[in-house]
Amino acid sequence: MAKVPEIELMNKGTTACPGCGAAHAMRYMLKALGKKTMINIPACCWAVIPGVYPSRNLDIPLLYTAFETTGASSSGVRAALNAKGIDPEEITVVGFAGDGGTADIGIQALSGCLERGTDTIQIMYDNEAYMNTGIQRSGETPYGAWTTTTPVGSKKAWKKNPKKNMMEIVNAHGSPYAATVSVGHPELMIEKIKKAKEFRGPKFIHIYAPCPTGWRSDPSNTIELCRLAVDSCAFPLYEIENGEYNIYKKPKEKIPVKEYLKLQGRFRHLPAEEVEKIQKNVDREWELLLKKEEFTKKDDGD
Amino acid sequence: MSEMKIVSGNFAAAYGAKLSRVEVVAAYPITPQTEVVEKIAELVSEGEMDSEYIKVESEHSAMAACIAASNAGARAYTASSAHGLALMHELLIWASGARLPVVMTNINRAMGPPWSVWADHHDTLAQKGTGQLQFFCENNQEVLDSVIMAYKICEDEEIMLPAMVVEDAFILSHTKEPVEIYDQELVDEFLPSYDPDYKLDVDQPLGFGSLGMPDWYMDFRYKIAEAMEKAPEKIKKVNKEFEEVFGRDPGGLIEEYKTDGVDVLIVTMGSISSTSKDVIDELREEGHNIGLARLRTFRPFPVEEFRKLTKGVNVVGVMDRSYTFGHGGDAAREIKDALYGHRDVILKDYIVGLGGRDLTPKILKNVMLDAISLQDKGLDKEIEWVDLKINQERWRR
Repeated sequence: MAKVPEIELMNKGTTACPGCGAAHAMRYMLKALGKKTMINIPACCWAVIPGVYPSRNLDIPLLYTAFETTGASSSGVRAALNAKGIDPEEITVVGFAGDGGTADIGIQALSGCLERGTDTIQIMYDNEAYMNTGIQRSGETPYGAWTTTTPVGSKKAWKKNPKKNMMEIVNAHGSPYAATVSVGHPELMIEKIKKAKEFRGPKFIHIYAPCPTGWRSDPSNTIELCRLAVDSCAFPLYEIENGEYNIYKKPKEKIPVKEYLKLQGRFRHLPAEEVEKIQKNVDREWELLLKKEEFTKKDDGD
Repeated sequence: MSEMKIVSGNFAAAYGAKLSRVEVVAAYPITPQTEVVEKIAELVSEGEMDSEYIKVESEHSAMAACIAASNAGARAYTASSAHGLALMHELLIWASGARLPVVMTNINRAMGPPWSVWADHHDTLAQKGTGQLQFFCENNQEVLDSVIMAYKICEDEEIMLPAMVVEDAFILSHTKEPVEIYDQELVDEFLPSYDPDYKLDVDQPLGFGSLGMPDWYMDFRYKIAEAMEKAPEKIKKVNKEFEEVFGRDPGGLIEEYKTDGVDVLIVTMGSISSTSKDVIDELREEGHNIGLARLRTFRPFPVEEFRKLTKGVNVVGVMDRSYTFGHGGDAAREIKDALYGHRDVILKDYIVGLGGRDLTPKILKNVMLDAISLQDKGLDKEIEWVDLKINQERWRR
């Protein structure tokens, strides 16, 4: 397993909440990519976490962009570097957006960026709701969750729709590399982001980044939640390399998803039958993923 | 060697971008702008134009990509029209807020519904508050000239703002005229390469566009206002330099056509100006003391120039190819604003040619005769819609 590099490009003085998964996401991402990185950040928690003008706690060039433009902005930076004769091997262009900025309002620009084949790493740090605006549901909010726009109430109006599968959407573009990573597994996360950097063309990284404020979880449980998510298969760690699936961290023993849900106040209202429903869905998705892995595995024997 | 070519307004825009050595183009097709992006694609694929061409999936992304490229230190260009421009709105403001000299060509087209692809200034003038400089072109040569000039003006360290060079749908975009395509060396002499003081740079990492608290935001806005206030002088200066190098005056802020000591001043924008000049000649021959001011630069608005031009004038007749719902055409409103407290003059706003409605010499002459008649009878109404189905008989007779 790769060591965590000592380089620190994220300095003290962030405005992140205690236990913020997104703060870990940026720190490890920069450790993986190093100084020769240019980053596009749309409206999201990370538009605020670096600090307000004239302060800035990141030691890399930083371009804030409009909410729905990360993919287009990344293409623009890459094109300018191409025009100046600076290759993708020399400088990595990153789009670093939240789940709303990637999967909802930014999905068009992301799709365009992937389809055009821009040499960039598009990163979705996923805290599963619009957290910067105060916990509104997004396309990445999982089934059953409370948010301020799925407030439960007497009509039990928790989120009734499933989480959007961005890995499949990216893969459908024929992108060379996509991976899910988790801030609870920093060595693996760094390894996969370093790996993404080596591919030419559009890469995608889905970072699981708990938000204690929005998930109604204890800030000290952020890393624990990451591990429970992986061990329960609610958030499997896998990569898709040129269409080939590889689950790179399989739980030794699959734990019940309720162990993961119970540390989060956002699922507190769910009756047992709903938890069961979530369990069945997680099981089905996991089986499906195992089959994708099996189906796409290259048979080196032939 | 410079050469004369017979080209459309759209090709003139593309050649303007090529001669400006644009490094990044990001564009999305829309009628009637498509020939601009097709021509650039052709020039790039033939190796005649050395640009990175990003084929984006929307106009919003086009401007976002140009902004990013400009932030990374590249000269960026895009082109659009009507609905595409409206979709860009957020980023037109972003470009000026970020102080980036992105230049675009907009083909002035009506906004739907009803769907219309024809000439109308509503799309461009709806963006007048976005911090973009706006240059309205009269002919295809001016389209080419203005793209080159716009970079020179916008990249000046005292300005650092984006610009729109605009041409009327079909009347210019698809009509071929002789256009001088300048020698590249001549353009290089006029327009140096873009080298901003601050850009995305891994050796000097900076943040661009971060959160500005109330104790800062307003001052940044004031800086943009200051740059806009300096722009008229800069435009005049660059216009002069352009004339020295290329032997042609693109029109500066306002082009004055036979305005000395006139009683009646007609104001036009864009392609109707050439026909209007012919009509002015005719009316002058008939003994009327009338002249024309072509409003070329709408942003920054030439306030001082209008004050000077209207000295001793009895009537100002403004032809607006747009209408701001609620109160009148944009040019007339802004001219009134400029004259307030300075000139006691009759000003009438004629709403003409919306959605590509044809403006024949006959109609233009009737508009001008109406303006002339106000000298004796006084102002009958502030705003008049010309050549509607309900009043066509009057304007076409």
